Parts: sequence; C-alpha cells; structure tokens
Amino acid sequence: MSIDWKQYDSGGFFDELISSPGNARAPARKLANYLASLDEEELEKRRLMAEATIQEMGVSFTVYTEEGNIDRAWPFDLIPRTISRKQWDKTAAGLKQRLRVLNMFINDLYHDQNVINDGIIPRHLIENSVNFRPECVGVSPPHGVWAHICGTDLVRDGDGEFYVLEDNLRVPSGVSYMLENRAITKRVLPELFENDNIMPIDDYPAQLFDTLAALSPRKVKQPEIVVLTPGIFNSAYFEHAFLAQQMGAELVEGSDLVVSEDDLVFMRTIDGLTRVDVIYRRIDDLFLDPEVFDKGSVLGVPGLMRAWKAGNVALANAPGAGVADDKVIYAYVPQLIKYYLDEEPLLRNVKTFLCENDKDRAYVLENLDKLVVKPANESGGYGMLVGPHSTKKDQAKFAELIKSNPRNYIAQPTLALSTAPTLVDNNKLEPRHLDLRPFILQGKDVYVTTGGLTRVAMKKGSLVVNSSQGGGSKDTWIVDTEAK
Amino acid sequence: MMLSRVAERIYWAARYLERVENTARLVSVYDNLLFDLPRSVNIGWFNLVIINSGTELFFERYKVQDERNVVKFTLADDTNPSSMLSSLTMLRENIRTARDVLPAEAWELVNELLLFARNDIQQGINRNGRHAFLNGIIEGCQGINGLLLGTMSRDAAWHFMRLGCNLERADMTTRLLDAGAAVLQLSEDNDTTNLSQIVWGNVLRSGSAYMAYRRTMRTAVNGSDVARFLLSDEHFPRSVGFCLDQISSATARLPTAGKRYASIKPQLPKHDIRDGFCLSPDFRDYLNDQQLVLAEAHNHIASNWFAHD
Repeated sequence: MSIDWKQYDSGGFFDELISSPGNARAPARKLANYLASLDEEELEKRRLMAEATIQEMGVSFTVYTEEGNIDRAWPFDLIPRTISRKQWDKTAAGLKQRLRVLNMFINDLYHDQNVINDGIIPRHLIENSVNFRPECVGVSPPHGVWAHICGTDLVRDGDGEFYVLEDNLRVPSGVSYMLENRAITKRVLPELFENDNIMPIDDYPAQLFDTLAALSPRKVKQPEIVVLTPGIFNSAYFEHAFLAQQMGAELVEGSDLVVSEDDLVFMRTIDGLTRVDVIYRRIDDLFLDPEVFDKGSVLGVPGLMRAWKAGNVALANAPGAGVADDKVIYAYVPQLIKYYLDEEPLLRNVKTFLCENDKDRAYVLENLDKLVVKPANESGGYGMLVGPHSTKKDQAKFAELIKSNPRNYIAQPTLALSTAPTLVDNNKLEPRHLDLRPFILQGKDVYVTTGGLTRVAMKKGSLVVNSSQGGGSKDTWIVDTEAK
Repeated sequence: MMLSRVAERIYWAARYLERVENTARLVSVYDNLLFDLPRSVNIGWFNLVIINSGTELFFERYKVQDERNVVKFTLADDTNPSSMLSSLTMLRENIRTARDVLPAEAWELVNELLLFARNDIQQGINRNGRHAFLNGIIEGCQGINGLLLGTMSRDAAWHFMRLGCNLERADMTTRLLDAGAAVLQLSEDNDTTNLSQIVWGNVLRSGSAYMAYRRTMRTAVNGSDVARFLLSDEHFPRSVGFCLDQISSATARLPTAGKRYASIKPQLPKHDIRDGFCLSPDFRDYLNDQQLVLAEAHNHIASNWFAHD
C-alpha cells in the first residue's frame, strides 16, 4: 500500500508538512504528491538505499556505553522536513540579531560589565556561573566576538511559531550531519530536486573557513587554520574530520601542538614545527590548557591560554564564551536585545521560570508534573525532568535538587512540539516530534545556515531528540515557493 | 605541510591495504597449490600460519591444524592481529584518522570493502565460495589503489603511501620465497623436479608474477630463476629490488633538513644466487637478512618523520 495522506493524522499537533488530513502545506506540496506516487515496494527500496548510503559514506557517531564506545550508523529518516523561504528569512534575521547581542554581552562581561552596573543582570548570576572564566577578563578577541560558531535550538509550538529553546555557544555539533543528510537525500530522492526550489546548503564549510580566516592574528594570505579534536573516541569525531576535510584545514590533536616560550603556537609536521594562526577547537574550555585549567588534561595544549591572551593565536569559540550558554542567562536574552541594540527581539523565547526567584521556584515545585526542568549548564539532554512523563519519585528527586541549588535550575512549560511524518516499521508514516538546530557564524560578518539540522524523536510520543538518546534526523528543506 | 601523526597513519594505511591484498592472494594460491601437489607430499595448510609468523598464537586458539582452522585464523580471526579482517579493520581506522588528507572516495571504498568482508566472511572459510570471496577482496584493494593512483596529488601524503606499500610488498615477497623454500625442504619426496615446478609456479602466481616471469626470464620455472626474478628484477613492481628503489626515491622527495637520516637507501644483501641455492639453508638465512634490511628501513623512516618529539 502506498502513502495515503488522508490517513495521516498528527493528533492535534502542528505538523510541518500536513495542515489537515489530505492537505499538504505549500512548501511540502510537491514532496507529498511525489511520496504518494511511490508504491510500497519503491518506498522500501529508497529506505534501504538510504541505509546503504549512510554505511558507505561512513556517516557515524559514537555512543558511550558501559561496554565501551560504539561507532553507530547515523540515524536518518527518509522524509524531509520543509519550511517556506519566507518564514525562514524572518527566522534567520532573528538568529543573527540574537548572536550579535550574545557576543556584545560576553564582551561586556569580560570588560566593563555595564550590563551588571546598569542593573539588567544580577551580579551574583555571573559570579556563580560555572562558565564564567576570570582568566579571560580584559582579553579583547578580534571584532569583539567570542562565540564565533553558535548552534541555536528552535522548536515550533502548537501555534506554528518558532521559539528559541537554547543557544549552544560552547562546542555545538551537528552541522556535518546537516550537510550529510542533504547528500543522502540527493542520492536517494534525486527526482525531487528537479522540480522543487530547494535552497542549497553546501556553502557552510566555505563560510566557516572565511569566518575563521578573518580571526588570524598574522595578516597573511593563507593563515594556518586547524581543527582541534579530543580524538577518535569523541562522539563528534566524525564531524571534526569532516569539517577539517571540507575546509582544507589540518585536523590536530593536542599532542600535535606545542606552545613556544615566546607564546607562539606550532604544530609538529614532517618539516618540523609550523606556526598555527587559528584554532577551531572542539574541546571544552576546561581541557584546553593544563597550565591554566584542568591540570590532568591530556587533550589540551600546555601554554595555549598564554598564546591566546598574547593575541598570537585565535581560538574559536573563545574561552569563556560559554558564560552566555546558560539557561538562566537565556531567560534574559530578550532584555539583552533591548539593552544592547534597542530593538525588539525578532524570535521569541520559551516562557522560563528561574528557580532562584522565590516566586518562580514556588510555582515550579507546585507543578513539577507539568513542567520540563533543566539544569542551567548541561547539554545533550542529560539531567532533565520531563514532568508529564515522570514518576512521583523522579519529581521528589528534582524537588530536592532544586532546593539545594536553585541557581542551577530552570523550568519551562511542556511544549506541544511540532511533528512531521516519519517512516516507522512496515513503511508506515506516523507523526514524530522534532526540533531544528540552525548554525550561526560570526566573525567580521554574521551568517546563518539555510535551515539547519532537524532532529526527530523516533519513539512515539517522545520529546527527546538527542542522537545520544535514540533521536534520529531529517534533511531540512527551505523551499522557495514563490520562485518561478 | 603535513602533521607527523597523519604521515604515520597514512604510511600504516598503505601497509595494511597491501597486507589485506597479500593475505587474500596467499590463501587463494594455497587453495590452488594443494590441489596440484602429489598426495605423497605432506605439507599442509599450516604452512600459511608459519609464513605469517603466527604459530604461537595459532596454538593458543586451536588444536587441530586443519584447513578450516588455518583459513579461519588467517582470514577471519579477530584475535590474530595479522588476519585479513584485522588488517582491514586497521586499514579503516588509519584512514578514518587521516581522512582529511585522502580522497573522500577512499573512505567510502574502504567502508564498502569492510562491510563486504564482514558479511561474506563465511564464504571465504567454506571452500566452495572461497575463490569468489577472495577475488572480491583483491578487487576491492585494487579499486582503492587505483583510486589513489588516479586522484592523489604527488605530495608528501603520496610518498608516505608509497613507502608503506613498497615496504609491505617487499616483506611479503621475501615471505613467499621463504614459503617455497620451506615446502621443498620439508618434503621427503624424491621427485623434486616436478614438485619444484609446482611450488615455484605457485610462488610466482601468488605474487601475480607468473606472466611477467615467463616474458622476462624466458626459461622454465626453477627456484634460482624465480628467486632472481622476485628479488632483483628491475621492472616488475613486486620484486624486492624494485620496491627498495621505490622506497629510496620516495624518501628522497620528503623533507630531510635537520633529520637524523639524510638519505634512506635500503639495498638487497649481496649474495650470488647460484643454481640450486634455493634448496640450501643459506637461502633462508639470506631471506632473513633481507627482512632485517626492511626492518631497519622502517625504523629510519619512523625516526625521521613520525617521531613525536
């Protein structure tokens, strides 16, 4: 049996592709018609082809388990997710506005702290932030930019609007999968690219390269750019290698780099030592330099902070940028936009309760069964409480956690996350919840990817999209429905 | 510009790629050889384990030295670091960590080859599917080599590839000759002319050298000529001498300023290969000296370009 859109029902959630049973939204119309024209055998063939393509392309990610690290094939759902270009352009403008402000904020925090002196952000929030680095005070990175690469998670609520869920400013990952998802779709559903105006996404590596090159302290024609990876056992190693290859940069590990006594960074090559200008680091702050941070770190490079502070090497993202990657700071972003730019936020935040405020905390503790509680500084979906899916025992545990460290917790209403048709067992289409992570670059200019990485919760009814916890992904199409 | 660590991984990728192909060839030739040998000749599959220096490990795992165990050990065994599957896995790991300097298709081809090998390994262990399976592996390796030959810039990465490939090849050629000599020494058969023909013919075939030998040497297959050809022919790409020249020329193109070894030129140990020499114990000593030359070349390469400090 082939796909019958009349049988598809998103169960009241906003669906990305289908507005009501049998009716596709404008950017998804050609896609829906095409999918309906495939018989079941053909659909199965395409699904198997996608699987084989992923294995052949070696697209994988690492899962940490008790039995050791497993290199797993990337989970990919064949059915793309579509967004109209018009809506995307508005969203992209909002993302740019947001990153510009976050960078102004970080730069302010490490210099005059006007934002605190003017009473916008309470001082103790910064003093108690685990990601504020006193070592970075007074440093002036090029263009005043600290977070050069940002992955912002967006969700669509029942009203069809995009909301910002969080800004990932430390070492956001996923962009290589966004690019690979498109490469897979092009191989498996090539017909669709003939008729639909799907906007290309493949300029990201070039944009990343330009962003990084603009940070070079030496004004040379070909600055030496490297990607610093913690190594093959990191869950995002695939991405590190992918980006290095796409940019024509060297992929280095900490042991490949050395800092000289005059604070210059070199890499060990077959010619001897070669000077390095820009490091796109995919290692957390605390492992960067055992001279300054974690003394036992073998992933980092002794002396790297010295070299960075002396302005002899650029680090992207800059150490300390994570201070704005904090779910409590997140709640202040709309105010920060007004403060720094005197503009209205173009993208909305999700309503957020700060547990350190007495009123908010009381409400949160009363309503643990309805809210999503998140620690302020975790990523990857760890350490969360999803109220409606939790037990009394879980709730009691979180009540204790919140009371003992209120600064570290926020809560948000459970969102009616949008859905999209997803291939499940027996080649049937069922609605699954999803989010979207676009990537924003800021160096001399600001750039936003066309779309982003769509992550989808493969389990029925689940809201957890993280690939480390059973999430899948989809190709994301920005479709220009007005182009001729 | 190339990282020392990456240079080392590329070098090992090339060695493992060559090792995978050679192991497949070796098993495939043994398959043929044993059909042709007179029943009275009592050499068995176990010789394969000896050639690959795996005797001790084999007895830790198996009791019976039969075909099935030897082939399993040589092709499929995870606990044998020189098994074909282990080499293939190591090939993939090395390419995976040096992907940024190799053509992207190389990574895809290696993945395909490993998938094929893992899925069809049983075909290689069972006798009836073995030929097709081994052919698939050999063709896969040749496909990867062809891709690299046709798409890689002739820069440092390429020269490290050549180094790894030629060292491994030279190593395998000495092992093949040693295997031939060992079979003949061990056999108690008196009809050595016929046996010698079969054995040396198969040694040539396992190095894909049979046709080249016939055309170049223009003589019947005999031990001394086979040894001369496989050791010192100037034109055949799998002869030890040819591989050593390749190593010299590749190292000459790598940066040597400030390095410990300004030039690396491994040479064949001097020896006069007289007729009948291949049957003497001296011949196997000679081959052993040859192995030492290769080990020294490897050490010099590592010290010049891979040293981490």
